[in-house]
Amino acid sequence: MIKKVDISVDHVTRVEGHGNIRLRASDGKVEHVEWQVPEAPRFFEAMVRGRSFEDIQTIVSRICGICSVTHSLASIKGVEDAMGIKVSGQTDKLRILCHYGEQMESHSLHVGYLVAPDLLGQNSVIPLVESHPDVIKTVIRLHRLGNTWMEIIGGRMTHPITLKPGGFTAIPSEQQLRELKKSIEDAVPDLKILADVILSLADKLPTFDRETEYIALKYPDYYTFYHGDIGSTDTDEQVPVQQFERVVNEYVSPQSTAKWCKWHRDSYAVGALARFNLNAEQLLPMAAETAKKFGLKKGACNPYLNNVAQVIECVQVAEHSLQLIDELLTKGLKPEPVKVEPKAGEGVGCVEAPRGILFHRYAFDEKGLCTKANICIPTGQNHANIQKDFEAFAPQIIDRDQDEIRLLLEMLVRAYDPCISCSTHFLNVKFV
Amino acid sequence: MSKLKVAFFDFACCEGCQLQVYNLEEEILDLLQLVEPVEWREAMSDQNDDYDVAIIEGSITRKEDERRLKAIRQNAKILIAFGSCATTGGVNKLKNNFEMQDVKKYVYGKDANMPHLNTYPTKGANEVVKVDYMVHGCPINIKEFSYIIRCLAIGKEPKIPNYPVCVECKMKENVCRFEYGEICLGPITRAGCDAKCPSSGMWCFGCRGFVDDPNVNAAKDVMAEYGKTLDDLRSKMLLFGSKQEF
Repeated sequence: MIKKVDISVDHVTRVEGHGNIRLRASDGKVEHVEWQVPEAPRFFEAMVRGRSFEDIQTIVSRICGICSVTHSLASIKGVEDAMGIKVSGQTDKLRILCHYGEQMESHSLHVGYLVAPDLLGQNSVIPLVESHPDVIKTVIRLHRLGNTWMEIIGGRMTHPITLKPGGFTAIPSEQQLRELKKSIEDAVPDLKILADVILSLADKLPTFDRETEYIALKYPDYYTFYHGDIGSTDTDEQVPVQQFERVVNEYVSPQSTAKWCKWHRDSYAVGALARFNLNAEQLLPMAAETAKKFGLKKGACNPYLNNVAQVIECVQVAEHSLQLIDELLTKGLKPEPVKVEPKAGEGVGCVEAPRGILFHRYAFDEKGLCTKANICIPTGQNHANIQKDFEAFAPQIIDRDQDEIRLLLEMLVRAYDPCISCSTHFLNVKFV
Repeated sequence: MSKLKVAFFDFACCEGCQLQVYNLEEEILDLLQLVEPVEWREAMSDQNDDYDVAIIEGSITRKEDERRLKAIRQNAKILIAFGSCATTGGVNKLKNNFEMQDVKKYVYGKDANMPHLNTYPTKGANEVVKVDYMVHGCPINIKEFSYIIRCLAIGKEPKIPNYPVCVECKMKENVCRFEYGEICLGPITRAGCDAKCPSSGMWCFGCRGFVDDPNVNAAKDVMAEYGKTLDDLRSKMLLFGSKQEF
């Protein structure tokens, strides 16, 4: 008898946004496998035209609920690049600190609430509340830490208020920073628990290696999420962010409705594993120790290990934040009122979202009104790589039970921590 | 007491309001004593048509959204619009200031006419179906959401503030944004956000929509006091629920 596999998952769950998986196979041969992103776009690039440089952050923060600090920072850096605005060392550090809060919040949410159910054989985090209460309470504490952290600096957990071109509308008090430092120090045992839990489940992460190109920011001073040039594991060349179009090379594939990206190969990957693969030697001691525990080394090319890299990054941002807070407190915080005179120009802002490198390009007229916008988001850059992973992985697992195949493919999508609202709106899996 | 069956559905939005539900942290565990989520794609793999309360996040921007929302309305005993995108159209309404063809062409160039890129002027949920309750804000105030759900679970009518943000802002003893020469939508915007933006040095951009019957005369007086007009106020009403009338 010919064994047929016919998988069609509409709206992959436990991801941000919607996407579909399609797989058709007959007699052990994969006939068709596709990662689909049926887009219901929101047209942000068109909507910001005519709006003031001061309002861009308020608007584009709403591209994504889970990386709103990242979108805010990318837009602000874009405005500052366009208008030649320089910011103070204090502003720079506070922004990075706020951004780290988002990495902590997003990574702990993704690993703890969205991925852990797969590793523990459940459909959602809800049954885990009873079966693994200690794990869930640890995740809740880390997630709340990330949120409080963003709120102290950004004024709100989601869609920050204080981040503006030139600086901050309001800064935290030194007392608040001291309290934040204390909460981060207190969270170190929780970070260890999270790492140990994921480590104990690491054998549940599928074994699937596929070499690809990894792209992330590179910066000489530290493991970066904010400053630097664009780096790749395929070349030593580093590209200034102002020339990001040279790296992303967006193209329309006949296979997919979403735009795909490629640089040196058919596809590339961005996100925590990409950052690790480019910058692992810059991890601070505790984070490096965590990586060692997992045995994760530069050159890792199992996409499921992105979840492990996220755990390592939770430790990294905590550790670096403690340093930044010390530096800020040593110098003393002072209010720095912002006054920006608009001028015409074009600029690019680039930062690392929890799920990978993000680019914003804007142009403004002499009144500071936006005349042009182009946004290239990390999940969009990963679409082609997910498809290439599917094409390589599906034949390896095609003999397995249909439900298992479905789960493995869903987990693969989830490993990228896709944020499809950013790129589009819809994610589904269909075995057709 | 049987638990209220709740389902979340998302349309065009950033899903940041669903994210606020996670931000309830330990309080989620308490709410789970009262309600049973039966469909919540962002958190669960389960799907289910049997629910009492449908929570709608996001704006309606396509014909197929409209059909889907109407079907949900038929299934649901109670329908809640959840967050600015659903309550007023939110930031998505900025799109309505442009021609749809221009918007599509600007973002997608020669692919603009592909069928999956179809879009029409943004609508809030209440422009398509009857909405029973609104959880305002961008993002929603999670305490208010938790309060509304608790009220519904015990059959009590939730009370949503119907006074302007200025009330909450004054209670926080903030210096008025008009004193800084800014135009702030606080005088006509519905409170309930704890005046978060003005408390962080930013003018109110009206994400919670207007109070039911904005006191236009009082707003006019405030504007006059700072040498500004109602038209100046109107000019700031673009970012959320674009160009709402008052």
